[in-house]
Amino acid sequence: MKVLAAMSGGVDSAVAAARAVAAGWDVTGVHLALSRQPATLRTGSRGCCSLEDSHDARRTADILGIPFYVWDFAERFAADVVEDFVSEYQAGRTPNPCLRCNEKIKFTALLDRALALGFDAVVTGHHARLTDGRLYRSVDQAKDQSYVLAVLRPDQLAHAVFPLGDWTKDQVRAEAARLGLAVATKPDSHDICFIADGDTQGFLANRLGERTGDIVDTDGAVLGSHPGTFGFTVGQRRGLNLSRPSATGEPRYVLAIRPATNTVVVGSAAELEVGLIRCGTPVWIAEPPTGALDCQVQLRAHGMVSQARVSSDGTGLRAVLAQPQRGVAAGQALVMYDGDRVLGSATILSTERDPVSAG
Amino acid sequence: MTYLDHAATTPMLPEVIDAVSASMRASSTGVVGNPSSVHTSGRQARRVIEESRERLAAALDARPSEVIFTSGGTEADNLAVKGIYLARRAADPARRKLLVSSVEHHAVLDSADWLVEHENAELVLLPVDSAGVVRPEALAAAIADDPAAVALVSVMWANNEVGSIQPVSELAEIAHAHGISFHTDAVQAVGTLGVSFAASGVDAMTVTAHKIGGPYGVGALLLGRGVACLPVLHGGGQERDVRSGTLDTPGTVGFSLAAELAVGRRPELASRLTGLRNQLIEGVLDAVPDAVLNGHPVHRLPGNAHLSFPGCEGDSLLMLLDARGIECSTGSACSAGVAQPSHVLLAMGADEQRARGALRLSLGHNSTEADVRTVVEAIGPVVERARRAGAAASSAAGSGRSG
Repeated sequence: MKVLAAMSGGVDSAVAAARAVAAGWDVTGVHLALSRQPATLRTGSRGCCSLEDSHDARRTADILGIPFYVWDFAERFAADVVEDFVSEYQAGRTPNPCLRCNEKIKFTALLDRALALGFDAVVTGHHARLTDGRLYRSVDQAKDQSYVLAVLRPDQLAHAVFPLGDWTKDQVRAEAARLGLAVATKPDSHDICFIADGDTQGFLANRLGERTGDIVDTDGAVLGSHPGTFGFTVGQRRGLNLSRPSATGEPRYVLAIRPATNTVVVGSAAELEVGLIRCGTPVWIAEPPTGALDCQVQLRAHGMVSQARVSSDGTGLRAVLAQPQRGVAAGQALVMYDGDRVLGSATILSTERDPVSAG
Repeated sequence: MTYLDHAATTPMLPEVIDAVSASMRASSTGVVGNPSSVHTSGRQARRVIEESRERLAAALDARPSEVIFTSGGTEADNLAVKGIYLARRAADPARRKLLVSSVEHHAVLDSADWLVEHENAELVLLPVDSAGVVRPEALAAAIADDPAAVALVSVMWANNEVGSIQPVSELAEIAHAHGISFHTDAVQAVGTLGVSFAASGVDAMTVTAHKIGGPYGVGALLLGRGVACLPVLHGGGQERDVRSGTLDTPGTVGFSLAAELAVGRRPELASRLTGLRNQLIEGVLDAVPDAVLNGHPVHRLPGNAHLSFPGCEGDSLLMLLDARGIECSTGSACSAGVAQPSHVLLAMGADEQRARGALRLSLGHNSTEADVRTVVEAIGPVVERARRAGAAASSAAGSGRSG
């Protein structure tokens, strides 16, 4: 098998490439240049966009003895991931850029090019298991990345290889050390790779311009002001800077973001609870169900799995949660699981508190 | 292996490897001294360097005192652009303009940009025609704006990407008519074009060893005796006080021998390479009829074939050829391996597609007809495959975005 290993410069993709080599495949390493003006050195926990990361990937390829190239996907990344990120926040939604990058860059732009160039598959260092077209969570639940892969269609997964799904992160690092890879002790990356200083709000303000508006309660009473509705996420508690405490002294959370009126609505934890979620067109990895589906749904990248009944709703989906959940944000993915197995996903469009009144 | 990237570097000549190794060992005292030392070991090293200087000067038709050894072409370009500009402006503050061709190597372009950023220089990029050539009238027009304000003109002898040869002597003459200094980067020219420092009329000329069968890490700026130049590297005052730093004695031996051999073999090599290159271009154009030759069709480096393949990404071509054992380059500037659209092709008026799908195949002293045949046989299928990848990319880019 002839495979293209996407190598970010981190330990996961390095060991994934190493496992592909160990499997006896014909492996070529590619580092995706995603930034037009990459920083020279890596800083903090951003782990894929600096020249140093490209260098780390190259050194791994040297040691594995595989050809290595840097391909420029900066324009595609800017259009499909960064612009999408900005416009989603602008519209009051909360995007997941890692998911978008997998969907649009790694398993569209890169995969299409790889297939056209004669490769059979793209190998990545994602923590997820893929066997016979079935996608499962990683054995390392804490590092599981199946959520950000659930957006991939079966035809994309047919040409994907995730060699790390049956290993824990500790095992991955141990293997990197055994192979003598310098990235064995490289810190994990977890911030958004294209926001240099980790200041998402500042990044968005710079892109969209500040536009002061009101923070209101559910009755419309003005409690404070904000520099722009972007950058807020449903369920957010910190950074509201409200002038008055609530009557009961309970903390307040973002309930809704309304770009049309430039307001952010806040309320109590109880008011955050959601019982019904409406989603866009689903992507099914498993066979699409014929009727209602009882499954578990995960509503953001980390945590929050709940039992739900999912049924079709026009071209989209509706999910009725067995137990109400807090902090469900439009723009995030609803990913459906049967135990560890990923069934499919859909983008959250809106939420309602009470499934009964919603009909 | 089919190596067609001689413009990046060319294999060291066996005679040069022997001479460099011998020079690393040879010394009656058992020590290859510091050429600045006054004792026997130092004197021996000094003698080797001066003999290398004389040999290099003879090969390039310069005087030994005009040879400033450097660590390579990039350093020589930096020294010429910054050093001569700053010296001229120091002597006459009105001379604050710098005229540089838009197809220069980044060693020149970025040095000029540095002067703009840090020394308040005014940079004028000289336009080129569609073949990548600076026309004399373009230089004359740029000077005519304010002749007394120009300190330095820098135009390369032959372009490293598309191979076009510049009318350097004619350009130097125009600059000199207004008392303006003239530098040329001749890194790509030595060895395949006749290069005479004296006859060219330029004030300063960059040359380097590893493009002509010499070792890495050694080059020179040929600097006319009357040309003022401020140092970039400060220290012990070696090399006419213009370039401090202990010289690489064996490196200068290798450089000067390579230059002597390259210049001696030039007529035979140039005609052989011209023949091979023409076969290569014809063969590629036969296999891929819509490929386009970039650069001047005739006045180009004998070993340079630079072609664009519409619908292909240069990166894809490079990888597919590499997988078949054919080594070449996209000819564009690289930073950590990230290909940027070539500033040379863009300056020549090429559209983005032509700039993206470009490939530089450069022949050198050990290239053979078999190399040419290998490329000509491979290029059809490689381009076809790269086109499919290009089509996949553009159709995916055109598809809608999901929310």
